[in-house]
Formats: sequence, C-alpha cells, structure tokens
Amino acid sequence: MALYKLEVNGERVTVDVDPETPLLWVLRETLGLTGTKYSCGEGVCGNCTVLMDGEAVRSCLLTAGDAVGKKILTIEGISRETDHPLLVAWREEEVSQCGYCQPGQIVAAYALLSQKPDPTDSEIDEAMSGLLCRCGTYPRIRRAIHRAAELKRRQP
Amino acid sequence: MTRNMELRRREFLQVLGAGGAGLVLGVIRPVPLAGQEGAFVFKPNEFIAIDRQGRVTIWVARSEMGQGARTAVPMMVAEELEADWEKITVVPALAHPTKYGSMSTGGSTTVRRGWEPLRRAGAAAREMLITAAAQYWGVDRATCKAQAGTVLHMPSGRKLDYGDLVVTASRLPVPQEVALKDPSTYRIVGSKRARLDTPEKLTGKAVFGFDFTFPGLLVAVVARSPVFGGRFRSCDAAAALQVKGVQRVVRIPSGVAVVANSTWAALQGREKLVVEWEEGEHAGLASPAIDDYFRRHSGLEGRVVREEGDFAAAAAAAPTRLQAEYSVPFIAHAPMEPMNCTADVRADRVEIHAPMQSPQGAQEAAAEITGLPLDQVHVHTTLIGGGFGRRLMNDFVEEAVHLSKALGAPVKVVWSREDDMRHGFFRPASFHRVTGLLDAGKKPVGWHHHIVAPSISVQLFGEGDGRGNPDAVDGAAQIPYRMGNIHIDYVMANTAVPVTWWRSVYNSQNAFVNECFMDEMAHAAGADPVQFRLDLLPADSRLRAVLQLAADKSEWGKSLPPGRGRGIACHACFGSFAAHCAEVEVDGSGRLRVTRYVCAIDCGQAVNPDGVKAQMEGGVIFALSAALRGQITIAKGGVVQGNYDTYEPLRINESPEILVHLVPSHLPPGGVGEPGVPPVAPALCNAIFAATGVRVRQLPVSSTSLMRSGE
Repeated sequence: MALYKLEVNGERVTVDVDPETPLLWVLRETLGLTGTKYSCGEGVCGNCTVLMDGEAVRSCLLTAGDAVGKKILTIEGISRETDHPLLVAWREEEVSQCGYCQPGQIVAAYALLSQKPDPTDSEIDEAMSGLLCRCGTYPRIRRAIHRAAELKRRQP
Repeated sequence: MTRNMELRRREFLQVLGAGGAGLVLGVIRPVPLAGQEGAFVFKPNEFIAIDRQGRVTIWVARSEMGQGARTAVPMMVAEELEADWEKITVVPALAHPTKYGSMSTGGSTTVRRGWEPLRRAGAAAREMLITAAAQYWGVDRATCKAQAGTVLHMPSGRKLDYGDLVVTASRLPVPQEVALKDPSTYRIVGSKRARLDTPEKLTGKAVFGFDFTFPGLLVAVVARSPVFGGRFRSCDAAAALQVKGVQRVVRIPSGVAVVANSTWAALQGREKLVVEWEEGEHAGLASPAIDDYFRRHSGLEGRVVREEGDFAAAAAAAPTRLQAEYSVPFIAHAPMEPMNCTADVRADRVEIHAPMQSPQGAQEAAAEITGLPLDQVHVHTTLIGGGFGRRLMNDFVEEAVHLSKALGAPVKVVWSREDDMRHGFFRPASFHRVTGLLDAGKKPVGWHHHIVAPSISVQLFGEGDGRGNPDAVDGAAQIPYRMGNIHIDYVMANTAVPVTWWRSVYNSQNAFVNECFMDEMAHAAGADPVQFRLDLLPADSRLRAVLQLAADKSEWGKSLPPGRGRGIACHACFGSFAAHCAEVEVDGSGRLRVTRYVCAIDCGQAVNPDGVKAQMEGGVIFALSAALRGQITIAKGGVVQGNYDTYEPLRINESPEILVHLVPSHLPPGGVGEPGVPPVAPALCNAIFAATGVRVRQLPVSSTSLMRSGE
C-alpha cells in the first residue's frame, strides 16, 4: 500500500492504495465516485473516461500514481453545474437509455468541446469513437454535442 | 387556502375518530414515502399512493434497463388518474410473487401487458377522488371532473387538490368497474415527456447494481470452469490469499469465489488462484463441429409446425424452384454493465440488490437456496446497465446468495467483462434451408422453411416440463405472405453452449431468413422487392402499411449511384409491426458503410412516442452490431471471445443516420423494445445485394467477401 495525494474535482485527497490499483477503482471504491463506470477494464469501451488536466483518459488504464500532480475531473465534478450546456443538451435530446455509459460519454464530450467549440460530425465521430454504447444512443449523442456547442456559444 | 387547511383538519379529526375504520376498509395504510415515514396516504391499489400534499407515488414492477419502463408506466397510470405530472415520484417495486402480476421484463411486455391494469388502477383512484370531492361539496358527482391533480366542480368553478381529498377518498370503496378515457382526451399518453430517470443518469448519481455498496461490503469474483459443464476438481488458494485485501476463498456451485475488501483485490486474487477442473465431455467442442452437427440434423425430418396447402405437390408442378441455406452464429448480449449482485443472507432474512429482469425468479431462487419463505426474501431491482434478455437468468443472483450464506456476511459478486462474455447464455446459432416456388407467371406459390436450432426452453427447462415446444420457429411459422403452399418444420439440435433469450429471441434469426429469401424470390421473379411483398399481404394488413410507409419515406425506387443500394425488410412480432429500409455503400475493395436506416413502426398507441423512437434507433444499432460482426465462436469447449476488442459493438463513427416514422394509432399498444430488431439484418443484407450482387446468407456479414461480382 502507498499514499497518494490526488486532486479530484477540485478537492485534494490522500488515498492509501496498492500502487497497481487502477485509478478507476480508486475513484469508485476509495473515493466513492461511482459515476465513473467499469465495463471492459482494458481501455476499449471508454465507460471509465475521466479528465486528467483536461484530457479525456481511460481511468482503467491508469494508476493512482499516474494521477499525482494532475487535476482529475469526473462526471460528479462536471455535473455540479446542473445547467451545464452538456447536461442541458443531453436532457433536451433525451440521449440516455440504460445510462450506464453516459457519464463517460459526457466527460469525453466535455473534452471535445473544450478543444473544438463547434465540432463537425466527423470530429465528433473521431473524438467519441472510443466510447461504446450498447443501447445505441449514438445518433442522439451527436445531436446533443451539436446542441451543447450551440448553448455554450450563447453563454455570456 | 384557508378552506383547504380547514378541510384537512376536519378530515384528520374524522380519521382519528373513526378508530380502526382504515383496517375495516382495508385501504388506509401508512406507506413510508421518502422522508415522511408513517405519513397518511391514500393507497387504493398496489400501484398508486397519494399523500396529503397531493404527491403521487407510482410503483413500477418492471425493470428499467433503458427501455423507459420507469417513465412509460407512470404515464399510463397518470393519464387515467388525471395526475399532475410534476408531482409524480416513481418507486421500483420490491419483488412479490403475486401483487403486481408478472414482474419479468421480457417479451416487450411492460407497456402492452400493463396497459389495461395500470390504466384501470389510475381510473379507480380518480373516480374515488371525484366522489370524495362531490361528497364534500354536496353536489352531484356528474358535475365534477378530475384534471391535473385536482377535482373541479364545473358549474361553480370550485376546485380541490387531490391532497385535500385523500382522507375522504380512502374511506370509499374501490370501484370494480371504471370507465377509461377516450383517446382523444389523452394529455399524457402520446405526448412528449422527459424520462424521469434521465437527470440522475447524467450526473453519475444513478445507482446501478455495480454501484450499490455500503461500508464493509465484501466483493467477490468467481473462477468458473473454462469448459461448458466442467466440474471443480481441486484448488490451490495459497497465492490468492496472499494478495492484500483478499479475505477468503470459497467454493460455490458455479466455481471458486475469491472474496476481498475491494473489487481490485478480488480480481488480483483470482489471477493467483490455481484451479483444476474436470473438463468433462465437452472439452473438445468447437464451432466447426457445431456447424457440422446442425448440417447433419438438417437431413432429418422436422416437426411440422405449419402446413398450408400441399407444398410437395406444388413443388412437383412449379416451373421455378429456388433453394438456399442460411445460418447465424451464437451471439452475446454483452450489456455495458457486467453481471453483479449484492446479497445479505441472515438467519431470518435475505436482502438482494441487483440489476435483474426477473426479480420474482431471483426471489424464488434465493428462497430455495436459503430455505426461507418468499416473504423473508427482499429483492430490490436496481437500475440496469443494459439487459437485452441476459438478466432474465438469475445465475449471478444465485452465486451471491450461495456466497453470502457461506460467509455469513453481505457480499457483492461482480463479473469482469471476460466473465460476462464467456460464462453467459447466448442467442442460439441456427441453420436454415428455404425453398421457394414460382409459377409460370412468376408468382410465388410455395414456401418451405426447414429450421435447425437449439431450443431455449428445452435447454433451460428440460424436455419434461410441458414446454418442450419448438420455440425456435417463432417468427418463421408466422410468415405473413400469402403463397398458397407453406410448410414450416423444425429439427431441435441442442448443444452444450448455454442459450437464452436475446432481444427479439428467435425472430432475430427467422426474420433474417424470411426477409432475405423473400428478396431472393423477388429478384428471381424479376419483381420489385417492395411490390412483390405488398402483393402478398392483405390490403388491410398493418404490416403492409408499415412496409409502404418505410418504402415511401426512403424514396424507394429512386435510383442510386453504383456501389450503393437499398434493402427492405419487414416483420411483425410482440404485437407490433416494423419495416426498415437500409442504405449501404460498398467500395471496390468490398468495404461496407451503412449510411441510413429508414424505419416505420406501428406499435398501436405509442405511450411515449420519443421513447418508441429511441427504442427503434437503439434496436437498429444493437442489431447492426450483431449483423455486421457479432459472433461467439467456440473452441476447446468454451467461448473464444473475451472482451469488446474481439466482440466489438458498433461505434459512433459506424452508426448510420436513423429516421423513425410512427404510424399514428389508438389501437392497444404493442411491444417496442424488440420489434425494431428483426428487420435490421435482412434489410442490410438485401441492401448489400442491391449494391453489389453479393448475397449474404451467413451472419455475421464480416464472414462474406463483399467484392462486387465480376470485379
């Protein structure tokens, strides 16, 4: 076991975990942030996506050590702003079905919009193709990202 | 306001004065609602409670797995209750053997089976509230009506909130006969309503089974036989127990459980576990042998499930006879949330929290394992991260119950993605031989469909349970086209590969065969595939209407550039009618791109039209994943695929544009979760044929080269 000082959703926390433990399980089980989901455990589904210094990363492929000195943002952090354009757009387009993958999708969309405020369909496809959704919400995810971009542009 | 407060005070006194009246009437029961345990509520039946603030609680007995049950069910209740939609709270029902009827979420039944009882439950409550108001005002109840959570006295314009009427209403008998609303007066059913489960699903606060936890809860993963039917022989747990956090290694019927204080520790512990298995008779089982086995069985005479006219005589006379063989592989459900279950088995009580499609089955299983009566088994259905039929099985629930019983402590059993892929139950593979006849005028005059497939019901329940029916003919026996001579037969060919219901069940195989071979017949007849089908369907057929709608909306018949093609398919199942037109593009090297699906569905009254659209969109993508590359292959007696890299669902960059058209209708609702699935694969393969001339008769599509014929 080892101590790691992390910054998650703007809060500084110290965790005592096995150094090999994936960041995913540290978030979910040590810090109780269960919005970040386990599904494949090997970086092919994207359900565990979080932001590390603004970049979308797979938390199942990282350890707590990898996150030291970086700013981690999870769905819980993003959704503190309940009228965040992404959440508004996701509600308006009624994107989610089972909802299990949606936190990862929203986190990835957050990273996309911070780099490309008005993404094209192909830019959306490129940024989001690493995230699986078994319910098939992709057409609505596309629409919601465009809508969120529009809402963001309108923000003062 | 003062008047209403006075009314509340009076009613309160009346109830106090009435002593045990509530018990006598059997309708006044304190039901704990969040934050107001013991508060008075009006609960005329098992589905509805209204408190003194007018807040309405609706119990949903079907699982929410993304299909919108926790929104569509309250919409049906609220419509007849004339409830204020903003005041509704939904509560998932605890499993109960009889109270709610069937709680199984399968067969696209939530809305179609709930339609009558749920509306009647709402209407009964509404009538009682109207009577209560009429009594209070001392007016004829015919002069009162309910609207948006209030009762209105029409002549005077006076109004009372439901909350002010609950005590009086509770003292009234529950009416046995109630009038249901005329569809023209619907204001909730058929309207766009935001899904009630959406907000929490976007913040990460939604609790799926995998997220359910409490301090001290142990987590377990199970090592299971790599071979179907293999048995435990021996185990060396020493290294596993050395892993920090691992607490116990316990044998349960399905394998060896590694119990730890965290998921990661349990997974690491299992890596270190050395288990020897008696592999048994299936150790050598492999896909090619299963294919041969099906083919051998195809030589057998089948059990005839539909016989119309005289196919043999027609075949002898018909100038044109076509025959083709089709096959589909085993496929997995692979929901995003892997299987999991939390169980706490005590001496006199069991608590279960899990994402389940059959909580009553879970309750029975836990009662049997623990020996406790059903009413001491408390089964809580969590949100489900995708079901698709997989969670109608309760194998993962049984594991958790066995384990908690052995440990004497609460435990959450979790499955890894690989566990899910390799130890699940699969959509059966199947083999089909179809023969079609055309007369001299190129009209279809015969259809013979010979099906070889495992029987889900026999594999799951055995021969002797009276259900040994040829379930594998669903969707084949009901082929809707009028062809005069129809012969459908079935050869059961069970294997060691576990099977279960997969979204749309056998309709997924049989619609593929029906609709692809109809396309072959149409081309052989030199006919347009849409017109060919239309001519074989009765004029008043609902299937005919959706076929026509899909064709119209997809601009069927309008020419496309070379390398592009449209394909049509339609199918009726689960009480609904669907037709899809697929559009594809295939380049010179055989690379396929699915560009568009135009879907038409007649599901009768759409309760939540946007939800119907979502199910159709999702059905297209789910079925496309399967059709394009979904395949579970068997080697050495087990499943080859392990994760989403080898069993890869469709991704957003491959997802076509999907346009959904609903047929407006007030007929009773049909199913919606499944009917969008079956026409997807045949529409795709027919479009590929239109684009390339290559006929795909074996799924997944990836197993056939799509190089254009002649190139």
